[in-house]
Amino acid sequence: MLGTMLLLGGCGSHDRPQVGAAAPVTFGFGRPATADEIAVWDLDVRPDGAGLPPGRGTASQGSAVYGRKCAACHGATGIEGPFDRLVGREPRQGFPFGRLPRLVKTIGNYWPYATTLYDYVNRAMPLNAPGSLKPDEVYGLVAFLLWRNDIIASSAEMNPQTLPRVVMPAHDRFVPDNRRGGPEIR
Amino acid sequence: MTHAPISRRALLAGATGALGAHALRVTKLAQDPTKVPGSAVTPLGERSPFERPRRIPLGNGQGISYTPLQDCCGIVTPADLHFERHHAGVPAIDPQRYKLLIHGMVERPTVFDLEALKRFPSVSRLCFLECSGNGAAGYGRSRPDLSPQLVDGLTSTSEWTGVPLATLFREVGVKPGATWFLAEGQDAAVMARSIPVEQARDDGLIAYGQNGEALRPEQGYPARLLLPGWEGNANVKWIRRIELADRPFMTREETSKYTDPLPDGTARQFSFVMDAKSIITFPAYPVTLGDRGWWQITGIAWSGRGRITRVEVSSDAGRHWAPADLQQPVLPKCHTRFRYMWNWDGGDTTILSRAVDETGYVQPPVEQLRQARGLGTTYHFNHIRPWRVRRDGTVVFGLES
Ligand code: HEC
Repeated sequence: MLGTMLLLGGCGSHDRPQVGAAAPVTFGFGRPATADEIAVWDLDVRPDGAGLPPGRGTASQGSAVYGRKCAACHGATGIEGPFDRLVGREPRQGFPFGRLPRLVKTIGNYWPYATTLYDYVNRAMPLNAPGSLKPDEVYGLVAFLLWRNDIIASSAEMNPQTLPRVVMPAHDRFVPDNRRGGPEIR
Repeated sequence: MTHAPISRRALLAGATGALGAHALRVTKLAQDPTKVPGSAVTPLGERSPFERPRRIPLGNGQGISYTPLQDCCGIVTPADLHFERHHAGVPAIDPQRYKLLIHGMVERPTVFDLEALKRFPSVSRLCFLECSGNGAAGYGRSRPDLSPQLVDGLTSTSEWTGVPLATLFREVGVKPGATWFLAEGQDAAVMARSIPVEQARDDGLIAYGQNGEALRPEQGYPARLLLPGWEGNANVKWIRRIELADRPFMTREETSKYTDPLPDGTARQFSFVMDAKSIITFPAYPVTLGDRGWWQITGIAWSGRGRITRVEVSSDAGRHWAPADLQQPVLPKCHTRFRYMWNWDGGDTTILSRAVDETGYVQPPVEQLRQARGLGTTYHFNHIRPWRVRRDGTVVFGLES
């Protein structure tokens, strides 16, 4: 009997379900996803701008939304809290986060991609009403936070074309994982 | 992730709060249980009223909740004591309405309901799941009154059951250029992480079972991503969507959080694997050793890179090391129980354990890890955890800052 069993999956070194030789490679379970249901859930916004919806906003528009929907948790100017600090460029030189435990990571000094800000605010904020913001509100908030962090001009409009072109101060700081096991401590 | 500071109240709850409340029930017990018939059969078991293991929750919807490692034996964590870490609370999901959408660079974008997932050939495997911030309490600032629960209670082991990602990827026809996928949860944070296809295809699961029953809500009911050996956050709970792509998506949880700044002015990204570590769970704060003589030192060791091959114990502050017994089963990417019989001479000393995994990696002392990572790092704390045993038999956490 064992001889007629087929090991699915091939390369894994661990337990895999074994299926009779007659079992197909695919089973036809599930049903085709419709374009509409994909569109409802397909939230993500990527660094190249893929996924950004039509819309626009400036810092002054975002400032008003921020005051109403965000300031209570992140402070009047994005610094005071009580929750995550959103504004701060210090230190302007270097990237000493590994050495200095007290440095607070912010959008301005640590985030490598501006598009992440759209993606995250849109999916998870405000904490008490996630998913409630309209695209223009998110663009405005993103413009406001990028301006407060000294990354764009106060007049700059954020939209699907301009946002992916914003270069963040920490953009070049991120490196792939070089830990590989073995004797070396990295 | 910023861990809330550990409050005095939480420490006390962990150390002593367990006793007391059930004392009344205890007095109702028969003097001699052989002289009175016992209680009847029940539809759902409960712990003995003498056993009151508790998680220690800190924070709220963005909080964490620690497994009481010192109250656990063997390698499996009871599901109701599995650690918790959420970004926007625990969602309530109706399994009848649950859907998993797989789309993007695939031949056949598909929606699976729970019944469809369970029709696929399944696997079960024991493995640990650990928050990548586990061990933070012992790295930078530290204090003597930390229990194993508060040092390392963000790791738990379960038997997980589910369908291999390899099977689902074949079912939807993942296109050759698809190297990453986004895994997205159905919680209020719509928590999302980018995962490399190749490793996930090797041993990743969509899990719906935990220790012989459905997942607990806190662990992702009705279905979650499970990536054995990889940091907890990547094991997206309440998973609703998988999107295949040719590059990572750069979500907040893989840029702003869950990255490791290094002393050389860079930050390590996509540092998924949990390196080898171990912790002695007895004797440890807050126990007191009653007298000198033989004691069993015991604890757990685990590595995200495979099997634990050796655990060594030192009872003289690291001058000499001796191999501990590894209790069977010793499974890859799983808690492994170790034991070591120690004849305490009644003097002041420090006891330590260090784990070695099948790649030859040796759990480092804290100085070595700080050298490599810097004091500013906030994840992946796998340094050696020392316990100071004092002449009066009290035991305290031994990394003082
Ligand atoms: C009820 C409190 C609350 C409100 C209101 C709120 N936030 Fe937040 N915000 C939080 C918390 C808590 C976190 C951290 C969440 C976590 O770590 O999972 C957070 C995190 C963030 C972050 C990520 C910070 C980082 O460095 O990673 C951003 C950006 C953000 N919020 C933007 C906003 C914006 C914009 C608004 C208004 C639309 C808003 N928040 C409203 C509580 C709030």
